[in-house]
Amino acid sequence: MPIQRREVLTALGTGTLAGLAGCSGITGGGEEEASAGVTGETLTLTTTTSTYDTGLLDEIHGSFEELYGVSVDAVAQGTGAALESARNGNSDVVMVHARGLEDEFLRNGYGVNRRDLMFNDFVIVGPEDDPAGISGMGSATDALTAIADAGAPFVSRGDNSGTHTKELNLWEAAGTEPGGDWYQEIGGGMGEALNNANQQGAYTLSDRGTFISQRSEIDLVILVQGPIEGGPEILSNPYGIMAVNPGVHEDTNYDLAMAYIGWITSPGAQDAISNYQMNGEQLFFPEAVSEDPDFQQYVPEGWSSESSDA
Amino acid sequence: MPLEPVVLPAASLLESATGLAAGAKSAVALVDLPFRDGYVSSIIYVSLYVSLVAVTLSTLFSVPVAIFLGFTDFPGKGLVKSVINTGMGFPSVVVGLIVLFAVSNQGPLGSLELIFTKEAMIMSQFVLATPPITAISLAAITGVGDDVRDAARALGGTRIDAALVVLKEARYGIATAVLAGFGRAISEVGSVLIVGGNITSADGISKTRTLTTAIQLEARQGQYETAMVLGAVLVALVLTVNAVVVRFGDRGVR
Repeated sequence: MPIQRREVLTALGTGTLAGLAGCSGITGGGEEEASAGVTGETLTLTTTTSTYDTGLLDEIHGSFEELYGVSVDAVAQGTGAALESARNGNSDVVMVHARGLEDEFLRNGYGVNRRDLMFNDFVIVGPEDDPAGISGMGSATDALTAIADAGAPFVSRGDNSGTHTKELNLWEAAGTEPGGDWYQEIGGGMGEALNNANQQGAYTLSDRGTFISQRSEIDLVILVQGPIEGGPEILSNPYGIMAVNPGVHEDTNYDLAMAYIGWITSPGAQDAISNYQMNGEQLFFPEAVSEDPDFQQYVPEGWSSESSDA
Repeated sequence: MPLEPVVLPAASLLESATGLAAGAKSAVALVDLPFRDGYVSSIIYVSLYVSLVAVTLSTLFSVPVAIFLGFTDFPGKGLVKSVINTGMGFPSVVVGLIVLFAVSNQGPLGSLELIFTKEAMIMSQFVLATPPITAISLAAITGVGDDVRDAARALGGTRIDAALVVLKEARYGIATAVLAGFGRAISEVGSVLIVGGNITSADGISKTRTLTTAIQLEARQGQYETAMVLGAVLVALVLTVNAVVVRFGDRGVR
């Protein structure tokens, strides 16, 4: 009997051990300890899918990590979710693109030290045959109205992201309530929305960066340009960055968050953003470095010390 | 020995297990994928690490529970079994949300700073793997005939000896249970995405990105070919682990 007892244990033990041994063999230098440097701290950045999926952050973060001997955990979530993670104290710094939501975040005391970071623009993309006839329209709202009137399929992010927020603002500005079979909320990231629109020949609103980075995979074309290519100003897409308020979440890594904001708004990092290209096109335009003061970047839009809003 | 035909291919698969990372790399080279050095092997590592640790912990918890349930009778046992069976169908995203709530900065475990770590992923995988391992182990143990127990007792064995004989008879079922739990853990995407955050470092080494969340990321970007290659790596991985477990499970018979 004791022999059998040992056999059973051996069978149980070896199975798990063999599995674990196998996995340590495949490690391949993937230990996270190895990437931590002098200070060894980790900054958690929650951000949008557009900054991450375009590859920008991976491209520029290396020099920050090297400079400070830290590692940056970038979590790509979409603006709404990124701010919610920060609100719950699960991240140290947020990089998002929906000024209205950023202002709400600031007003509620969760964010401090907001800076304008960079911008690109939104474009309305769709199938080449353009069933709603919006190609070359100078007004984004007219284009959306034409899509709605034609009942042409339109894919909405439907995920409370910066792009989704912009899209809803555009519908409101157009005075059209989107709805019906032609309007589909997919609840996914920008890449998913572009894929989805591509597969069913639908229109969608995209940030230019994600569209350029994915253009080789899809057949959609830009039908209404944003301000970078002379389109309407309403399609501008500014990104902001904020530290999580250490007064609300005292265990947030505030020092490192401020080091990060200082670094990414510095001329060096801003140049790196400017130089980042995909398929030969610049994806993001830095706007943190300027001779002229811009006080609006630090406070919610329209805020002034004279107003009762304080 | 009916298992013999299974064991032979299993052995060759076992040999290929050690060269899996290299195999993945050559597959990558074949399709010329835009992955950086160490990316694929690091996501394989994270996938295996999280799933194996979770399944090991889950097995250490589930099998004793299954033995206890299999050898004792108490009022409410039927209810406990229904709860376990229901747990097998528990949606992984809900588990992810519950674990997220627990490890979030403001949650009960917030001070441990587990959000967006492998440990948080192990927690959610543990919760997901435990019901199938417990339920299938229990079925295997109760499936062993009373005559086996009686024979063990009749030969002068103690209660513990009888239990061990039953366990030995039930070992294939228990191995199946562990594999089912492993299969659920390694193929799961919803909860690890929520609690892990799908993080890689800037130099492309995975911190909390698994094969499943990497596939999801590629699909999100419309890179279906690279997603398919990663999918093939995942299937190869599951096959390999199954083969290893079947092989060790069979050794006891020979």
